[in-house]
Amino acid sequence: MKIDNSIVDKVAGLSKLEYKGEEKEAIKKDMERILDFMDLLNEVDTEGVEPLKYVTEGMLELRKDVAHTDITKAQALENAPSKDSDYFKVPKVLSK
Amino acid sequence: MDKAVRDKYTVVIGLEIHAQLNTNSKAFSSDSNQYGSTPNSNVSPISLGHPGTLPRLNEKSIEFGIKLGIACNSDITEYNEFSRKNYFYADLPKGYQITQFDTPICTGGHVPIRLSNGETKNIGLTRIHIEEDSGKSIHDIDPFNSLVDLNRAGVPLLEIVTEPEIASEEEAYEYLSEVRKLVRYLDICDGNMEEGSMRCDANISVMLNGAKEFGEKVEVKNMNSIRNVKRAISFEINRQIELCEKNVEILSETRGFDAPNGSTIQMRGKEGVNDYRFFPEPDLLPYVVTEAKIETIKAEMPMLPNELLAVYTNKYGLSEYDALNIIEIKEIGTYYNQIVSLTSNYKGAANWIMGTIKSHLNKFGITIAEFSVTPQHIAEILLLIDTHKISNSSASKKLFPALLKSPEKTATQLAESLDLIQNSDSDDLAGVIDEIFTKFPGETGRIKGGEMKLIGFFMGQIMKASGGKADPKMTNKLLMQKIKS
Repeated sequence: MKIDNSIVDKVAGLSKLEYKGEEKEAIKKDMERILDFMDLLNEVDTEGVEPLKYVTEGMLELRKDVAHTDITKAQALENAPSKDSDYFKVPKVLSK
Repeated sequence: MDKAVRDKYTVVIGLEIHAQLNTNSKAFSSDSNQYGSTPNSNVSPISLGHPGTLPRLNEKSIEFGIKLGIACNSDITEYNEFSRKNYFYADLPKGYQITQFDTPICTGGHVPIRLSNGETKNIGLTRIHIEEDSGKSIHDIDPFNSLVDLNRAGVPLLEIVTEPEIASEEEAYEYLSEVRKLVRYLDICDGNMEEGSMRCDANISVMLNGAKEFGEKVEVKNMNSIRNVKRAISFEINRQIELCEKNVEILSETRGFDAPNGSTIQMRGKEGVNDYRFFPEPDLLPYVVTEAKIETIKAEMPMLPNELLAVYTNKYGLSEYDALNIIEIKEIGTYYNQIVSLTSNYKGAANWIMGTIKSHLNKFGITIAEFSVTPQHIAEILLLIDTHKISNSSASKKLFPALLKSPEKTATQLAESLDLIQNSDSDDLAGVIDEIFTKFPGETGRIKGGEMKLIGFFMGQIMKASGGKADPKMTNKLLMQKIKS
């Protein structure tokens, strides 16, 4: 399948990524290779075969509604690249 | 807006409500679902979206969904799957929200609302589905960063979606009030729009009466009270009709409500519409709701507002106005139910709640949960009044304030210590009346001669002589007998 700029731009937008120049050409080729492989899979006749959504049998077991604390706030924030004593810090996401 | 102009148009509104479930733990992990905790303290590796973690569904999410479905006469879905709704946002740690896409826990059903003309209208539901909440981003504390609090991430939600059947801002107001009452009576959500535990988005369009196609739809968000939903819809209807009148095209867009100005402002246009790329959640197996489970939940359902209304008006003989007033707030309804489980003076109980009790709550700005006088006290007061032991006025003016101060005492104890017990012993009363006749021979002669306007004078004298403890009804009856004898 031919990947054009508009498809790259759309997927990049959804992924919050940016591609320019050579990078954009390279990702186009990668995406084409991925979709060509998908086409190969599409050659298999799957008429009447239910999609395999779950790889295990059985039904969902529910969890009892009991609250407990596994980690502290300090542990939760420990690996964050940017934080203060209470919050994760991220670049401003509201453009106003 | 000129009513004639507005009346040319048919308004079409659909509402989406997100109700945060008042479970102990989150939808897919065991961290606490406690509102108002310090930021990022109710978190776990699962709700933080750490790699390698797997969701485990809270049984209450399913149960609460079924409860609401039963209450709304919805069909309960037997085979439930979960899906991923993909989008990137800083307060969505996994990069996707787990939700029900193809198999909402409930489909169909309706919520009845009362219209201003007294009629009932059923607002149809499209679906109710289970999903998880996102965290919270705070944009106004730090000038250079957004701050993220993930306490809310993974809190269970029910999304309740109506058919586009709501025809005005008033109907939207009634519908939201009904849903809020319902979730509170079911005890599945505290329904607090100010704190965001119940949120509402409105889809609004207008079309000329008789038009075949709906107008372009505008979504309005950010309304933090039922009143503001009404204001926002009202503004939006007027805005759209004005555009139509000027032949200006209405854009399909998302607008936010600006409460201080009572207006809506553009948030994002259609070109920014997200592509959520739903797909089946591979980490959660399907869940099957058995008939037995539905029956168990049905058996545990509390009385719902409309059922209570029927009992209050048909069995207890209350007016619809009084009944609705008592049902309006669940805790007050519960308080009333507790009183009438102890007395059959249903109207008396209603009058006490709507009069003395409500004015006390209003005066001190407290809720019934903070109110020290118990339903047992009120039932006892009613018994004292009904057996003519105390008068209505001394009950509300003297006994009630005393109970507020000493709720550990019984009403009878306090009535006795305050010396409020009325004299309804007819021999005693007859003696008092005779004394008064002797004391005022002139007046006695006149009233016996037919000058009945003196009855007030005699009643007053008897009351005075008895220290206010004579039962007025009994006194009146005895007095009349003695005048005629």
